[in-house]
This record gives sequence, structure tokens and C-alpha cells, in this order.
Amino acid sequence: MRGIVSWGTYLPYWRLDRSEIAPVAGQGGGRGSRTVAGFDEDAATMAVESSRRSLRSVGVAPEQLLFATASPAYADKTNATTVHAALQLDPSVAAFDLGASMRSTMGGLLLATRSTVTTVVAAADVRTGLPGSADEANGGDAAATVVIADATPEGPELLAEIVATGSVTSEFLDRWRTPGERRTKVWDDKFTEVQYRPLVATAWRRALDEASVSPDEVALVAVAAPTGRVAARLGGVLGGVQVIDSLESSVGSCGAAHPAMLLASLLEQAGSLEAGSLVALVSAADGADVLILRTTEALSRFRPAVTLSDQIASGAQVPYGRFMQWRGMLAVEPPRRPEPQRMSGSAAARSTGWKFGFVGSQDRETGHVHLPPVRVSEGGGRTDDMAPIAMSDVQGSVVTYTVDRLAYSPSPPIVFAVVDFDGGGRLPVELCDLGPDELSIGSRVEPTFRRLATVDGIANYFWKMRPVRDGAPDEPSDTREA
Amino acid sequence: MGSHGIKDRVAIVGMGCTKFVEHWDKSLDDLIIDAADQCYASAGIDRSSGPDPIDAYWLGTAQGGMSGITLARPLQLQNKPVTRVENFCATGSEALRQAVYAVASGAYDVAMAVGVEKTKDSGYQGLNAAPPPNDGTARTLTAAAMFSMVAPAYGHRYGVDDAEMRNVLAHIARKNHANGARNPRAQFRREVTLETICGSPTVAGSLGVFDCAGVADGAAAAIVCRAEDAHRFTDRPLYVKALSFVAGNGGGLTDPDYDYTTFPEVVATAVDAYEQAGITDPRRDLALAEVHDCFTISELVLLEDLGLAERGEAWRGVLDGVFELDGDLPVNPDGGLKSFGHPVGASGLRMMFEVWLQLRGEATPERQLTTDRTLGLTHNLGGYPGEMVSFVSILGTEPG
Repeated sequence: MRGIVSWGTYLPYWRLDRSEIAPVAGQGGGRGSRTVAGFDEDAATMAVESSRRSLRSVGVAPEQLLFATASPAYADKTNATTVHAALQLDPSVAAFDLGASMRSTMGGLLLATRSTVTTVVAAADVRTGLPGSADEANGGDAAATVVIADATPEGPELLAEIVATGSVTSEFLDRWRTPGERRTKVWDDKFTEVQYRPLVATAWRRALDEASVSPDEVALVAVAAPTGRVAARLGGVLGGVQVIDSLESSVGSCGAAHPAMLLASLLEQAGSLEAGSLVALVSAADGADVLILRTTEALSRFRPAVTLSDQIASGAQVPYGRFMQWRGMLAVEPPRRPEPQRMSGSAAARSTGWKFGFVGSQDRETGHVHLPPVRVSEGGGRTDDMAPIAMSDVQGSVVTYTVDRLAYSPSPPIVFAVVDFDGGGRLPVELCDLGPDELSIGSRVEPTFRRLATVDGIANYFWKMRPVRDGAPDEPSDTREA
Repeated sequence: MGSHGIKDRVAIVGMGCTKFVEHWDKSLDDLIIDAADQCYASAGIDRSSGPDPIDAYWLGTAQGGMSGITLARPLQLQNKPVTRVENFCATGSEALRQAVYAVASGAYDVAMAVGVEKTKDSGYQGLNAAPPPNDGTARTLTAAAMFSMVAPAYGHRYGVDDAEMRNVLAHIARKNHANGARNPRAQFRREVTLETICGSPTVAGSLGVFDCAGVADGAAAAIVCRAEDAHRFTDRPLYVKALSFVAGNGGGLTDPDYDYTTFPEVVATAVDAYEQAGITDPRRDLALAEVHDCFTISELVLLEDLGLAERGEAWRGVLDGVFELDGDLPVNPDGGLKSFGHPVGASGLRMMFEVWLQLRGEATPERQLTTDRTLGLTHNLGGYPGEMVSFVSILGTEPG
């Protein structure tokens, strides 16, 4: 028996009110708001956040990491290794990218289903388009991670057993993007819908046949499709099942990450169903894929680190101009300061524990925590008498802070603070996900993995601190060993 | 083992200093030549009339150039040992320190220290450092932001509310601008009102444009020799009473006990320097202090760290005018970094140049101090709160 043992979702802090678009772009926009990744976020950083949450919820030792996104920071170089390093996974855990298409997440879920090892499927996307486009307004930035494993006596309980799958593959052109471009082009919505209807119907029937059930035995279904409109139409070919909200009005269509987001939403809602209920995820992308799951009693007891509904209810608005700036659609005069140099690949390779994992060193004799890690005890005396100490789940308090209006930043000003971590350790560090006037001495903050800047094509990842907010109550972990 | 100092064994016998301004029309070489020529003349040395009597040279420049050749080429030095040194914003002081110790050691009879920086050719605002290749995790804040974190911490600890702190810092800026207005070599030569200072645009934290040092190009130089030889060059040498230097270990950045209301490296250099010079009450003994007012908040904290004011009390002294030109202990009578400007490698020597002028009675009459005290202090720092280098010198007109 194989199934889902945990999941985690991540919505970035920022929201764009879609009604702000048309007055500037002259078209586009709509109702509601979409989620917006900060200027310092990308698919990898968001996948780190959702994956941390998924791994924080249960004790599980991943053996494989599959990372799906249509907006990778790198080609040639694997992006999943960034996530792997930030999660401080064991080097023996294989990490693979799953292409850069809308179908890649569903591929990851199905590969994990057919695998025999504990697999973390992380999906994330940053969605945008030209100003005034449907993709810009209807897209949403998000990440979701699903952990799939065998049921074992010693392992975590299955929250949902995987009952059946069904797939159909079809080559046709409904949407496409040249690698490196920001704009996705689409053929014709009606054509898309007409193409997908029979594909979804076929995949759905195959999965139902494999599970030996009829549609009316499936309690809840989530449908992921290129747009919310197409998804709504495709629900009609499923035989009268109850389809959950597409998240489009509150989050947006999350591209490659959307199936994983909907699966998380489906499982959150299925927790209140009777144990043993059947639920299904249907995805329409270059064919159709279906995953039928049976909920377990453990699901009703499972609490995600942060629920999707809590995250949807939190966040703050970002003005449309700044949104365009963050997505590279609007060039704004930078501060008259030097831009950052590219990081050194070899220096970063020596520093993966600190740079990606936020692992400091703790003096074995005095307990003093050094951030970044050092080899010599404070004041000298002993060399290499340190133990690694993981800080990525440790909260802290602001000792003093400042707002730097002169320094270079991709999105000035820089909010910066000296932070004392609970249990020891101090770091002067950049803050994120807040306005310049939001901080005070004593403010509670927590680490978050970010992309500081990109120079020479190199995404420079490191940790920042963000305010601990009631809407996103990340529990500090009490296990600090690296 | 111990810091013994070299009190009265070495004397400064000549000094020179260019204007510190935006020298759009002068190169690094021009600035070096101008400061060095003033310095030679001040020591009565005419290089055109015979062999160069300077035995060894030190060049302090943070980013002006690599190696001693940066000095040897423009001055066309012939087979001289020239060493380029760098120690953040204390680079100029470091150059002098090395020259003095070289003479004290007996290795050379006469040495020269030159400090220079051409900051304005970068095209950027503020000062900039080009870090070596690194893992990309180092902070990239401006110095203004790093020092701005001291103001709320100091206010919080000593019960100085934001409005009062703003007023105190404005008094420091007003004083240094008023002093700079009386100094023909200074970058900013206008007095500025408290109202203008308080209304200036914010740079970082609560610090505004008028809380920040001027960024200028400039050079300064000093010639040193054994004290017993000093009168061969000048009737009024300045004797080196103390030189103290500390390079912090960066511990303040990661030490939860550090509270951003003091600079421990500065305290350490002050204690050491007073001990070397035999000073027990600097507030009583010093005729003037030139301190590293890179930001107004820096000067406030330095007054306490250097023992010129009690802990938590410097702000009252500032408001009472203690450190004004006509106060009990004038601080930065030349305008300081604030209005004299801050060409990194030159600033430490510029501070000594003001002590040189004041104690010899050669400052412009509008700012010449009248005092019977014979000692001056210079304090030069580099880096940031928590991660700092600090230098203190005591210079005096009377040996023994």
C-alpha cells in the first residue's frame, strides 16, 4: 500500500488586487486578487518553504526529491539541488528536476506513486505575462509539496491511499513559451477546451475502471486545467461529481504547481469527510492525468503546518507598479550604488551548509552559537571544537534595526535588523515580507529562504528573516541538531 | 609582553594636506604630489637641491592603488622602500603608525607617511568597497545603515527619546559644519541650521543626509624622525606620545551581549593610548580631540568611548556646548569627517594635520584655539559597530 504521508503549501506574502491592472495597462485584470512572489522569491525558494512545512508536519526520511516548475532559475544545472541543500537532506537523497512544463507536477506525483522509495514531490511556479494579459491577472505564485511513501509499521501513517491512476498523452499546441521568455502564448481557449474534454473523459474512465468504482462513489474532485474557465467546463465530463474551488479567484492559476496546490486543497477539505472516502485529482495538460485516493482515519487528525485557507486570508497588497518591477516588466531607476558582484561558485560550494541550510556552529564547550559558522572559539583558544547547529526553524527577536535607503537592492529600501535567535546566536540580517515601518525592537522574526539577487545568471540564494505573523503561525521546531 | 608605547621617541616634523573636495580636475597622483610637496616644504626639505632625505615611505590608500609603486611612481622616488597599507577608514593613521615604528626601531632616520583617496571617480554615492569573491551571504548594507542602528539602541538604553536624539545629532552636525566653515581646506564651508539638518532627507534609519560625512577626494602627509633630530627640520615638532590600534574580531556582530551603544575596540585603544601617554584625565589634559565622526551618532558614542564624557551623558554635553570651538574640550575643530570630507586613506593624517596646526598656532584665526594645553588626540576608525578597527594617537608639543 502506498499513499500520501504529508503535504505542505506556501503562498507568498504579497497579493495583487486585479482591479489595479486595467487602469495602468488599459486592459486585463478582473476581480479578486492573486498571490505574488516577492522580488526575492522564485520557484526554488517557494518550494523550499512548502517542503519545509511538509517535512515539519511528520517525521519522515525522504529518499528522493522531485522538483517541478515551469520557471526554473537554471537550465543544465539542476534546480532540485537548491531545494535539497536548503532542506539539508542527506546527500544520498537523489534530487531531480521534472522538466519545465505544466504537466511536470502530475508526472512527479505519478512517478512517486509508482516508485518504492519515500519521495518528496515539490512543485512551485512564478506566473506572469505581459501587462494586461490573462496570464498576468489569472496567474498565481505558489508552492506545494506532497510526500508519498509506502505504508510501513515504523513509518508515518498514510493520510490517503493511492487507489488508481489514469493517463492519456496527446500532442497539440494550446500554450507554449520559449525558454527564457516571460510571455506564454496561447492558441485559442475554445480549441483548448474541445481538445481536453475527451482526453479528460478517457483518463477519468481508466482511473475509475482501475479502482472499480463509479463516479458517484467519488466524494470530491479537484480539476487542474490551463485556465479556471477550462477547468470549470471539464468538470462537466466527470459525471456529476462535486468539484472543489479552483483557487483561481483567491490565489490564481499556479502553472506547473497548480495540480499539487489543488491536491493539498482537496486533502484539507477531505479531512472532514468520513475516513475511507474516495477523492480524485484530475489534471489537463498535454493530455490528462487522474489520481484517485482513499482517505484514511489519520487524515482527520493531520494538521498541515499552515493551512491554505489561513494563508489565503493573510498577506498584504503590492502595488501594480512594484509587481511589474518585480517581474521585470518595468525598469525602475536603481540606487546610485554598485550592483552586487556575482557570487563565487567555489566559495559557495564550500559554504552550502551555511548558505543554503542556514547551519551555524555551536561551541561544544561554551554553547556559544556562531552565525556564520566559525572554527575557532570566541576569544581564541580552541580550534574545531564546534558542532553544526541548524537555525532554519529557529525564531528570533529584533535587537535593533534600520532601513537603508541608499544601498543597492533589487527592490529598495533594505530593511535590516540585528536578530537574536531563541536559544542563542545573533545575526545581522536582511528582512523581507514587510513594509519599512512595520518593525520595532522586540519584533518576532523567523528564517525564510530567498534569492538575494541574480548576477551573471547566478541566482544568489541565502536566508532572510520575515515577521512571525498570526496568519502564518509557523511553529518553531524544538529540534536544532543539524 | 605588553604594549609599551614609544612616548617621545619620534616626532612629526612636517605635514601637508590638500583641500578635501570633489577634485574633478585632480588625479590620485596629483593629490599625492600636492600633499607631499606641502609636507616636504613644511619640514624644510627641498628635493630639487639634493638627494631625498626621506629613507622610507608608507602609503595609505584603501582603494587608490596596489603596492608602494602607487606612491613611488608619482613622486619619482629613487630606490626607496615604499609600503602600501590598508586598514579600512583608519588607513591613513596606519601609514603613520608604520612610519613612526620604523623610525623608533632604528631602521630608518626619516620616514614619510602619505594617505590618499580618490573616492569621487566611482560615480556612486557614498563610499564603496569591492569585496573579494565570496559565497554571496555577506550583508551589503551601507555604512550609514550599519551606524544608524546605534541611535535607537543608545536612545533606548539611556532614555533619550527620538525627538531629543534628533536634536542632539543635529547639534553635532551644526558644530562640525560651523567649524568646517572656518576651514579653507574643508569640503563643506557653510554653516547649517538645526532646522535644515533635521529636515534633510533620510539615508538610513533616522540618519539624514546631514548626519553623514562628506565624501571627498584628498591627500595628507607627514614626515617623522627621531625626536632628537626633530629640530633639524622644525622649531615646533609634534611629539608622538601614544599610538594605539585594535582590529576587532567581528565578535560584536554575533555576540548577543553587544548592545550597539558603544564601540569596544575604541574603548580598548583609548585605554591603551592614555596609558602610553600617561594621561589620567583626558577631558582636562587634551587641548582638542579629532574623532571619527563618520556619522553624527558615531561622534556621540565616541565621546563616551574615548572618556571625554561619562557613559550615557555625552548627549547632555553636546547640548551644553562642551565640545564646540569655544567649549571646554573642542572636538573636531577642523570640521571633522562631517564637513572636512572623508577621503578614506587620507582622513587619519588629516586629523593629525589639525592637531599640528592647532598646537602650533597655525590654524586660521577663526578657528584657532587659545589654550595652554599641549596635547591633542586623534581617533580614527574603520568598519562598523560590532566589526571595527580603531586607532588613537596622542600628540603633544612638549617632550617628556
